[in-house]
Amino acid sequence: MAFISSGYDPKEPMKNRISDIGPRKYDDFYPPVIAANKGKWLYHEYLQPGVLVHVAESGDKVFTVRCGGARLMSTIHIREICEIADKHCGGHLRFTTRNNIEFMVDEESKVQPLIKDLESRKFAGGSFKFPVGGTGAGITNIVHTQGWIHCHTPATDASGPVKAVMDELFDDFKDHRMPAHLRVSLACCLNMCGAVHCSDIAILGYHRKPPMLDHEYLDKMCEIPLAIAACPTAAIKPSKVEVGGQKLNSVSVKNERCMFCGNCYTMCPAMPLADKEGDGIVIMAGGKVSNRISAPKFSKVVVAFLPNEAPRWESTCKCIKQIVEAYAADARKYERLGEWAERIGWERFFEKCELEFTHHLIDDFRDPAYFTWRQTTQFKF
Amino acid sequence: MAKHPTPMLDQLESGPWPSFVSDLKQLAEARAQNKEGVEFQIPADVAEDLLGILELSYKHGRTHWKHGGIVGVFGYGGGVIGRYCDQPEEFSGVAHFHTMRINQPGGKFYTSEYLRNLCDLWDFRGSGITNMHGSTGDIIFLGTTTPQLEEIFFELTHKYNQDLGGSGSNLRTPSDCIGQARCEYACYDTQAMCYDLTQEYQDELHRPAFPYKFKFKFDGCPNCCVASIARADFSFIGTWRDNIKIDQKAVQAYIGGEIPPNAGAHSGRDWGKFDIQAEVIDLCPTECMAMDGKTLKINDKECNRCMHCINVMPRALRIGDDRGVSVLAGAKAPILDGAQMGTLIVPFISAEPPYTEIKETVIEPIWDWWMEEGKNRERLGELMKRQGLQKLLEVTGLNPDPRMVQEPRSNPYIFWNEDEVEGGWERDINEFRKDHRR
Repeated sequence: MAFISSGYDPKEPMKNRISDIGPRKYDDFYPPVIAANKGKWLYHEYLQPGVLVHVAESGDKVFTVRCGGARLMSTIHIREICEIADKHCGGHLRFTTRNNIEFMVDEESKVQPLIKDLESRKFAGGSFKFPVGGTGAGITNIVHTQGWIHCHTPATDASGPVKAVMDELFDDFKDHRMPAHLRVSLACCLNMCGAVHCSDIAILGYHRKPPMLDHEYLDKMCEIPLAIAACPTAAIKPSKVEVGGQKLNSVSVKNERCMFCGNCYTMCPAMPLADKEGDGIVIMAGGKVSNRISAPKFSKVVVAFLPNEAPRWESTCKCIKQIVEAYAADARKYERLGEWAERIGWERFFEKCELEFTHHLIDDFRDPAYFTWRQTTQFKF
Repeated sequence: MAKHPTPMLDQLESGPWPSFVSDLKQLAEARAQNKEGVEFQIPADVAEDLLGILELSYKHGRTHWKHGGIVGVFGYGGGVIGRYCDQPEEFSGVAHFHTMRINQPGGKFYTSEYLRNLCDLWDFRGSGITNMHGSTGDIIFLGTTTPQLEEIFFELTHKYNQDLGGSGSNLRTPSDCIGQARCEYACYDTQAMCYDLTQEYQDELHRPAFPYKFKFKFDGCPNCCVASIARADFSFIGTWRDNIKIDQKAVQAYIGGEIPPNAGAHSGRDWGKFDIQAEVIDLCPTECMAMDGKTLKINDKECNRCMHCINVMPRALRIGDDRGVSVLAGAKAPILDGAQMGTLIVPFISAEPPYTEIKETVIEPIWDWWMEEGKNRERLGELMKRQGLQKLLEVTGLNPDPRMVQEPRSNPYIFWNEDEVEGGWERDINEFRKDHRR
C-alpha cells in the first residue's frame, strides 16, 4: 500500500490549489429529453406503481422507472446502477430526495425491458437490488440518518431498522392502495439530521438514561462552561469532585431534570448517554410537509418507547404495520395520516391503531404544552 | 471466509428490501480479491471491519464511534467530518473513518461517466462506501484516513471540477427539488436558483462564520418535495399570483372517467367513480371552486394555492403564469427548544436570475442580524423566537402583512416604541398632579 500522490504538495498547500468552485452544474447531467423540454412539461401520469410518464408541450415523453435503494451504498452497487443506465438510458440517471433511483427512457417500448432487468437483479443474500415502486398513494423509501454505522450520538441504528421496516412495508412500496402517500422517516437521535418531525410516521432514536460522568477526564476533554450551557433544562452545574485523592473540576447533573437530548454529550465526550436498555425508539405520527389541503404539521408522539431489538426491530415493525393498516382501512381518499387522526380525533386514533395512551404522551415541555391539552367539551366516548 | 462473524447482521440479508449488509459484503469480497489491482490507499479490509464493528454495536446496543476530531482540508472549515472508532485494535481498517461531503448536482441528475469517476476515486483513496445521498443532499463519502483528505480534494477539484459541501457552523449544502427539469408544477427554476446561490455564497459554505448551521432549500411548489418548510432556515417555495389555467375539456374528461384522477396515484384500490364535487370542490380549503353547469369555476382571488385541485387533475389545471417564490424563515428540527416550521416572511418575490432582490433585501440583512445577535449554536428560528418577528421586519425593512401570521395576537401586551406614541414618554409628574391629587 504505497502512498500515491494526487499532485498535492503538503509543503505548498496553496500551489495550484482550486477551491470554491461549487458543485457540478445541474445541466451537465440532464438526459437529452429533459434538456429539450425543461420548463415545458404539460402533465404526468403513473402508468403503474413505480412508473411515471411526463408529457411535454412538444409531445415528447419521458418515462421514469423509480426503484428503491439503501442509501448506504457501495461503489460496486453504484457501478451496477451505471451499467443499467448505460444499457437502457443513454448513461443517465438520477436520485430522489428519498434515496430512490430513477432511470429515465424516452420511449414507452423501453420501459418493460428496463423493469424486467431491474427486477431480475438480486443480492447474494436474496433481497432485491432494485425493487420498482415508491410512487403515488403508496409508501416510498424511508429517509434516514447514519445510526451505528457512522455516528457518535445515536440511540438506535438507522440502516437496520429501515431494512426491517421496509421489508414489512414492501408490498405497499409496490402498490397504490393507500388513501394518500405515506412518508416514513427515521432519525437515530434527537438531533434529527433526518428532520423526521413532519413525517406521517417517524421512527426516532431516544436515550432514557442521563449522562454518565467521566470525572477523571471531563475537564481535560471538555470545556465545562460549554457543557453547562448546552443543557436546555439547566440540569448541569459545575462541581468539584475527588477522584483517587485528587480534587478535580467537573460537573454534576440533576438527573430528574434531564430530557435525554444528548446535547451535553455533543459538547462534551466525557458525558456519554448511550445504553443498551436505556436506548430505543419513539414512534411519532401524523406529520406532513405538503401544503395540500391542510397546513404542514408536526408529527406527534404516539408510542413513547420501544426497545432496540437488533437485528430486526420486531416491535417497531409491528407497531408501524398496525398504524398503516388502521389508516388504510379507515381514512378517506386523499386524506393524509395526520388529517385522518385529526378528523376522527386522537382518542379514536389510539383505539383504531390499538395503541396504549400513557402519561408520557401528554406534553409537559414548556409553555406550548398547555395548548396541546383538550380545552373543550367536544370529545368522543 | 469473512474476517468477523456477523450472525446478527446476516439476519438483515433476507427479506425483499435491498440489503445494505449484502451490499457491504460484496464490497468486502471485491476489495479482498482486488481483481483490478487497485493500489488501495486505505486498508483493503475496511468494509469487513465496518461490518465487524456494526455487529459489535448490534450486540452492545450502542455505537462504537467517537466524537469527531478536527480534520479537514486546508482553507476550509467544513466538508469533512472526523470520525474514529473506539475499538481501533480489533477494527484497524476503520480506526480512522472520516466522512467527506461532496456537493451534489441540482436535481441529483448524473451521468454514469461522472459517477464512475467518483467510484474510481473512492475505491482508490477511500472505503468504497457512500451514502446516495446524505440527509442534507450531499453525496457522502463514508470513511477515509486523514492523509487522504487533501489528496481526494485535489483530485476532485482538478480532475472532476467538483467541490466539497458544507458542515459545521456554515451554510450547508443547498438542495432543491426536481423542479422544471421534469415537473409541471414547478413555479420557478429551482436548480438554477440553488446553483446560483450556492456559487454566490461559496465563502459562507466553506468557511464557518455563522453562529450555527444554516440551510437553504428550494421547493418548486407548495407540495414541498424537499421539505424546505420543515427544515430550512430559508425555504424558497414556488408560487403564483394570477389564475390557475383551466382546460374545461380535460375537466370533463376527468368527470367522464377518461383520465384517472391524481395522475393514477390511487390505482391500487377501487375508490369508485371520480366525483369532482367530493374529491376536489368540497376538499378545497378556501371553498373557492364550483361547477357552473359543465364549467369549472375558480375564484382565484380566494385561492390559497394548496395544490390539491391541480394534483388531482394535472391535465385540466395548471399553475398560473405570474410566478415567483414565497420565502419562509426559521424552520428547524427539535434540538433544542422544540421543532419549528418556517415562518412566512416574504409572500411573493421574483425568482428570476440574478436574484438580486432576494440576496440584498432578504438573505444578507437577515444574515447580518443573525451573525450580530445570534448566540453560539442558535438557529435563525430560535433568534426569531427570542427577539420576535418584528425585529426581523425591522432589520430587513419588510412591511408587516397579515399573511405573515396565523392570527393576530390574542394578548394586548404590545411593546410600543416611544416614537409611536404621540408626545413621547417624558412627562411632568407635577403637571399631572395639578389635575390629579395624591
